[in-house]
Amino acid sequence: MSETKKVTLKTFRFNAETDYLPYYKKYELEVGKDELVLDLLNRIKWEHDGSFSYRRSCRHGICGACGIKVNGKATLACKQNAMELIKLFGDELLIEPQSKKRAVKDMIIDKKDFWDKHAAVTPYVVRDVPAHPEHETQMSPKQEHMFLDADLCIQCGACHYSCPALEANPDYFGPAALTAAYRFSIDPRDEFSDERLKTVGEMGQGVWDCVKCFECTEACPKDINPMEKITKLHNMQFERGVAESNVATRHAEGFLRGMKKYGYLDEADIVTYSEGYLGMYKHLGAAMKMMKSGKIHWHSGIPFIDSVPKIKHLDEVQKLIEISQTNRL
Amino acid sequence: MSTLKYALFTGCTAKQSTPELLSSTLAVAEKLGIEITILEEASCCGASHLQDFDEFLAHVLNARNICYAEKLGLTMITICNTCQLNSAMTKHALDTDPELKARVNEKLAEVGLEYKGTSEIKHFLYTLIDEYGLENIKDKVQVPLSHLNIAPFYGCHNIRPSELHHSSNGGENPYNPTSLDQLIDALEGHPVDYDHKNKCCGFHVELQANHTSEVLAGNAMVDAIDNNADVMVTPCPLCHLKMDTYQDDVGKVIGRDIELPVLHMPQMVALALGCTEKEIGLNFHVQKATHLTA
Repeated sequence: MSETKKVTLKTFRFNAETDYLPYYKKYELEVGKDELVLDLLNRIKWEHDGSFSYRRSCRHGICGACGIKVNGKATLACKQNAMELIKLFGDELLIEPQSKKRAVKDMIIDKKDFWDKHAAVTPYVVRDVPAHPEHETQMSPKQEHMFLDADLCIQCGACHYSCPALEANPDYFGPAALTAAYRFSIDPRDEFSDERLKTVGEMGQGVWDCVKCFECTEACPKDINPMEKITKLHNMQFERGVAESNVATRHAEGFLRGMKKYGYLDEADIVTYSEGYLGMYKHLGAAMKMMKSGKIHWHSGIPFIDSVPKIKHLDEVQKLIEISQTNRL
Repeated sequence: MSTLKYALFTGCTAKQSTPELLSSTLAVAEKLGIEITILEEASCCGASHLQDFDEFLAHVLNARNICYAEKLGLTMITICNTCQLNSAMTKHALDTDPELKARVNEKLAEVGLEYKGTSEIKHFLYTLIDEYGLENIKDKVQVPLSHLNIAPFYGCHNIRPSELHHSSNGGENPYNPTSLDQLIDALEGHPVDYDHKNKCCGFHVELQANHTSEVLAGNAMVDAIDNNADVMVTPCPLCHLKMDTYQDDVGKVIGRDIELPVLHMPQMVALALGCTEKEIGLNFHVQKATHLTA
């Protein structure tokens, strides 16, 4: 097999100062097996069009400047082998900025929203330290391990601009800011954790708006798994006792109500318990349709009452909940 | 081919709001000669929400479910992406962290159980493709789906995080999944190619971030419709519930009329294998799928 491959790069072009609309321009390149996506961007600029613009700096996967998207896949250009992408998507690659609506020039985007979200979670250790401390603030290896890999974030924006929840709700903090929030809330030196956890627990902006799609986990070029940190933040809401009783926290805790009674989730109860009786009206339309199509059962003749089957050996589940539950709402 | 035998973890929805998922799964298995033992002891997987509340408890309860598959010496199959994800995450956590496994087993011992890690966990979709085989399914087709444009909707929790699914379940590339497309091909249907096939349906924030949920479901459905889909198919009953039950609400948010029947993956196979109307259970859908038979 030949060591090179002829590839078309369908490339997003836009200059916010002069262009009314973005357009795509095709460049044909002979791509070698060891070339990185960044090499291809360089070759477009050096061999085809000197005005083509993108950010790059370290070339070592550490500065986070060269994040783009290739066929919709978040890509750190200096880390990604081009041939791997050709194998995955074929010999026409779609080269786009992380966020088309935030494009300033070609691959360069305005990351203001990313930095604003980051700043909003107080991404540093807050602690009153005497001006002349007599010893270091100590941390055990076990405490240090609790950071997991959250420290390795290079703030490239790959997860942030892959998050569909953020796309639908611009107020949401997004996975990068929440990873930073976890990093500093788990730090034993930090004295601001409860306030930070309250901020990231607020409805409409915080952890309860995560849709659990794992796009962030897939996107991260440093394998950080932001979704794992978001789950830890969910847990910390209850562990630290900062969780307020609202539709989201009741939704999480309320699973146990059905499980204690039946072993299964009680699908009707989780909606009424989470929403409260007043909030239920939003779901009446759907409930009526579900009832009409037989999705809500009438085992007892009355809908919702005793309509959930029971698992075998339910007593085991009840006992395990009793002896293993560690959190309370 | 020797008889394939699996322990079926039904999950909650197949036992409640989507009985058609369970009946069509069992009907497909019977047609193909796959032996299924339902794990009637298995509880809810926590659906990621219990995991948000109490991660350790969720591991204990999922480990208990897996114990019952281990007792039978069978692979545990799932018919819900979220059940697959949460069961597999517990298995992965316990198999790679001996200290956690010991803590979980200490609790399980109280009810006379022990998690060993001997059973695999796999979604029914991938057992059909990887173990039964597409060629063998092709041979059994009685009602080719050649009159239908079918939009595959993969559902997040079968394809992401890919690291987890690569070691045990399907091994799809989450940016370019192919299994459902291949299955539609094998049943002689026409797979619809559209951008949102591997995106999120928004089910998990239906209650707490309703607008987000409707927008995500709407984007996917409109994309499928605009690419000429007659019907959508998904291996996940939660995607099904979001997209089937809430079409009117989703349409209002998106500003489009949405009418698109959403099939469960086993229902689509059951249709092609010539299973009975009762087994396929289309009557349980909110958006009626009336034009499916040729």
